[in-house]
Amino acid sequence: MGIISLSCRECGTDYDLGAHYVCTRCFGPLEARYDHDHLRGDIAELRRRIQAGPQNIWRYADFLPLAGGQPGPSARASSRAGLPAGCTPLIRADRLAERLGLGEVWVKNDAANPTHSFKDRVVSVAAARARELGFEVLACASTGNLANSVAAHAAALGMESYVFIPADLEEQKILATGVYGTNLVKVRGTYDDVNRLCTELSGERDWAFVNVNLRPYYAEGSKTIAYEVAEQLGWRTPDRVVAPVASGSLYTKLEKGFKEWLALGLIDGDVPVMHGAQAAGCSPVAQAFAAGHDVCRPVRPDTIAKSLAIGNPADGPYAVELARRTGGSVEAVSDDEVRDGIRLLAETTGVFTETAAARTSASCS
Amino acid sequence: MSVAVKLPTQLRASAGGESTVEVEAATVGEALDALFARHGELRERLCDDDGGLRRFVNVYVGGEDIRFGDGLATPVAAGQEVQILPAVAGG
Repeated sequence: MGIISLSCRECGTDYDLGAHYVCTRCFGPLEARYDHDHLRGDIAELRRRIQAGPQNIWRYADFLPLAGGQPGPSARASSRAGLPAGCTPLIRADRLAERLGLGEVWVKNDAANPTHSFKDRVVSVAAARARELGFEVLACASTGNLANSVAAHAAALGMESYVFIPADLEEQKILATGVYGTNLVKVRGTYDDVNRLCTELSGERDWAFVNVNLRPYYAEGSKTIAYEVAEQLGWRTPDRVVAPVASGSLYTKLEKGFKEWLALGLIDGDVPVMHGAQAAGCSPVAQAFAAGHDVCRPVRPDTIAKSLAIGNPADGPYAVELARRTGGSVEAVSDDEVRDGIRLLAETTGVFTETAAARTSASCS
Repeated sequence: MSVAVKLPTQLRASAGGESTVEVEAATVGEALDALFARHGELRERLCDDDGGLRRFVNVYVGGEDIRFGDGLATPVAAGQEVQILPAVAGG
């Protein structure tokens, strides 16, 4: 079966598999719901099937929200559909562990994706679903990395694209997005202003806004990081996960990925303790966690970590709940600590990360 | 004074297909009450049992999130737009 409906996380109302993202009854977010009963039984065979799949996220097609399964007429052809993402290295970081005073640390290097961020995972899924639904234009509201990924995927698939960004983004990210031949729209304002504009436009244009009207599909792509980590660790969960938090989507979908596979008996272990890292200059989730609140009060971002500068996080309440439920935390780190985090990761692992990802190493410190 | 309440596509079916509703109000709370008086079904969709806005509802006055102002007590001036949008986009 695979995906069977979109379901409201707040009130449970089910919707068909169209380009919907919000519950019309209560305004709650819609989430992909699956029936995985057909996958129960021979776990060894399911593991073999995954391992024999393409060297990209489509090896996990049974757990992704495409009505027609993986794109392309066969598993082999799917490797060539669009811009394959995923299967990035999981690096054992013993020198980093030593500096942090921890026993064992692994680094998931998602900069190895085609446009150098995890956004290629979510955009691959959203773009494939957009094509299934008959859209001809991809679009997004972005803090930088998503813009690159949408522009690149649209180019690979021969689709037109429009990417909306805050006008004050890092110049190199704007340059990198423009090279793919997209329609780049700079908006004077914060990311939250850009997001508001795109939310309005999604009701007026027949475009696939990957993180608005296709968000329930898009968000599922983040689960593939959890699947990969578990597979790379030998079909088991890590004890703890430290992930950057902006909207809270990646952070919460990581847990969903682990839970799905644990429920099937595909992996050993427990749901990891989930730690999130935010920028002190934009930390609505960390503030809500520290204050014991269930909702996140929006903030005006002021941080060098532009790709985490979301002052009004869509999945904030769920991120706070997840941190509490797993005994984890959501911490805020300063821009100076981020700079130190970039240096620490580079000096101990050889991975030169950007500001957003350095939240995690800074947070561990 | 007259202000315009702009509705997202998801709510327009509950408002007779209208995208903008003109109401008389001096605050956001008054604007929403006037909106609910005309289209009663919208109250349940936007408000929880305590009468507050549901947590995935964003309301803006002149493009500014009312949580940066005084919430439902945020004043609205004549000619200003009160905009309602779902909060679940982005990221």
